[in-house]
Amino acid sequence: MSSAETTSVVPTVPRDPSPELASMTTIARRWVRTNLFGSLRSGVVTLLTVALLVVLVPPLLRWFVTDAVFYGQSRKVCGAGACWAFVTDRVEMFLYGRYPVSERWRVNLAGLVLAGFAIAAAWPRNPRAVLCVVMLVTLCPLIAGTLLLGGAFGLSYIPTDQWGGLSLNVLLTYATIVIALPLGIVLALGRRSSLPVIRWLCTGFIELLRGVPLLAVLFMAMVMLPMFLPEGTGFDRLLRAIVGLSLFVAAYLAEIVRAGLQGVDKGQYEASASLGLSFWGAHRLVVLPQAFRLTVPGIVNTVIDLFKDTTLVSIIGLFDLLGIIGQALKDPNWLGLGREGYVFAAVVFFICCYAMSLYSRSVERRIAQARH
Amino acid sequence: MARTKTTSGSNAALWPMKSSHALLWQGVVLGVALLVLFWFGHNAASHLARRNMVLDFSFLWRPAGFAMPFQITSFKPTDSYAMALAAAFSNTLLVSALGVVTATLLGLALGVMRLSTSWLMRSASGGIVELIRNTPQLLQIVFWYVGVLQLLPQARQSLSLGGLFHLNIRGLFLPYPLGGGWTATLAALLVLSLVLVPLLRRFLPMRRRGSRWLWLVPPVLFVALVESLSGWSIPTLKGFNFVGGMVLPPELVALWVGLSLYSAAFIAEIVRGSVEGVAKGQREAAYSLGLRPWPTLRLVILPQALRVMIPQMTNQYLNLIKSSSLGAAIAYPEIVQIFAGTVLNQSGRAIEVMVILMGVFLSVNLLASAGLARLNARFALKER
Repeated sequence: MSSAETTSVVPTVPRDPSPELASMTTIARRWVRTNLFGSLRSGVVTLLTVALLVVLVPPLLRWFVTDAVFYGQSRKVCGAGACWAFVTDRVEMFLYGRYPVSERWRVNLAGLVLAGFAIAAAWPRNPRAVLCVVMLVTLCPLIAGTLLLGGAFGLSYIPTDQWGGLSLNVLLTYATIVIALPLGIVLALGRRSSLPVIRWLCTGFIELLRGVPLLAVLFMAMVMLPMFLPEGTGFDRLLRAIVGLSLFVAAYLAEIVRAGLQGVDKGQYEASASLGLSFWGAHRLVVLPQAFRLTVPGIVNTVIDLFKDTTLVSIIGLFDLLGIIGQALKDPNWLGLGREGYVFAAVVFFICCYAMSLYSRSVERRIAQARH
Repeated sequence: MARTKTTSGSNAALWPMKSSHALLWQGVVLGVALLVLFWFGHNAASHLARRNMVLDFSFLWRPAGFAMPFQITSFKPTDSYAMALAAAFSNTLLVSALGVVTATLLGLALGVMRLSTSWLMRSASGGIVELIRNTPQLLQIVFWYVGVLQLLPQARQSLSLGGLFHLNIRGLFLPYPLGGGWTATLAALLVLSLVLVPLLRRFLPMRRRGSRWLWLVPPVLFVALVESLSGWSIPTLKGFNFVGGMVLPPELVALWVGLSLYSAAFIAEIVRGSVEGVAKGQREAAYSLGLRPWPTLRLVILPQALRVMIPQMTNQYLNLIKSSSLGAAIAYPEIVQIFAGTVLNQSGRAIEVMVILMGVFLSVNLLASAGLARLNARFALKER
């Protein structure tokens, strides 16, 4: 509909007298004419794109599929195409890192619990979505933490330096959001406060963290956090990374929540005040729920960015998906297969991030519809 | 901005607070913040005391003792840490500047492709943009480095373009201009004129039309600069390596490509969003006034789209500068890699190094956002 309208300046195809009777071929022909050959320039561009695709796609396809080797024990099996044998041989390692093989069901179970609640919370017509979100930030971290760390209920203790792979990226994202979201809301409210000291403190914190790269924050968490705490406080490396990530993400979430608070109609504040609600009551019952609906796309986009940025922990010596691939590449059996390893990681990240961005766009559309 | 003020102001009026309560609350928050800071400082001091150290920046003037693998300055291991800071910072600026230029050009191209009337072109470029936006930037940089540049052939089998550009495992070899006597002076004058001409035109009390000829100065200087060159040094294969020309190391090329492509995908979305955001009525009104598509774009659509675009582009450029720190993963000697890595390990001065690092990035951020805020003010809607 919209594409037909944008090309309406160009002499259009004569309209079919009875569109509902048009056969499939007529519809297809009309679609091709308006969308591919709407004008001379558009036709030339289409043909150029076709030529480019014909040149580029077959070699890529040959490398990815036709000439590729999918199974094998070392790089000797590989030929001209991609050597996916490296990935299939190491895929368990890429997912779980050095987590003991016999205990990997715990990672799966924790992942399943999280995924279940996350999907339930994101489900559009779930009447208990709020409950699911509350569970996600309160009960689920306890369950997942107990499952992964062990040392209770007969589960053996597994130190965090054995955690790794893609599950570490997921865990870092989740733990960071659980800490950063409440902190971000507090910072956003603080930045809008009428008390100057609170406003300055929150603004300073937000702008400081938004001004420096994440890598510098992570280095700071690694190096300076132990110095700022009393001596002898053993501080886990993974925990330090989570603290660094959380502070950084909280500053970005604060700005998103602030934009959501500004998007709530002024009349809502006035109405809740005139009903006699206190500041906190008005925010809890009236303002924040509405602000939250507006900020869901922004929060999901932050989660996507955060999930991508968790790969930075490989620079400070944790073995996330990127780190573990880099380590696997040092194996003499699989030297020089960086391309395959990183393409695999890219595919995994693309699927996760693209799914989340589709969800965020659908929420955006629903908000836009609700406003009309 | 105005809206923010009214909203927060009215909120304060809705829930009035006794001034004594307000003071009390602020005092409590300030007290807690100071206590936490004091506790941190106390712990840090005891840590330092245990190692017989004090907070002291004088190590900056001691010799660094390490060599920079790649640099555009003339840093030697006998130079001080302060010089190392300058050399590493110039490397950061170099890759950021290169990245900003190519990301803008690529992003504009991709954005225009996303707006094409041809469905196939729209979808193909959309696919590329989504692919880049939905994979980690670090992964892309490491992929270009490990998966592409390190798998390139040796110098003898390098990929060449017209005998001038050569790409092999040692990096990208480019022709390099050989300067004559006047080259440096002319280059400095050219840069100066590029800055001065707009300023003069803006602030001197000359009639705008009368000062138009000032725009001729930079091209004249450029021609003179090219004339002053005594030829080009072209990389040629001698034995197992190239001689002459200049070489961009693979670390720089990988970081440059990674930063440019990632930012270009985001810039493409900014371009598309802001052009599509211009209300459809504007285009229809322009057409009904008899404007052709190109004048419509130039006179009606772009001026309105630019206003939306500039703040978002600013953000994107600042992100690019901050992301140049990812060079640390592939050992490109930029400021985070050199300072939080090499210098921190050598000197053990964690707090000082981190303070310097934060200071550098915060001041770059402040400078860049101040400069771009002025640009934004020029393009902003003048409401009367």
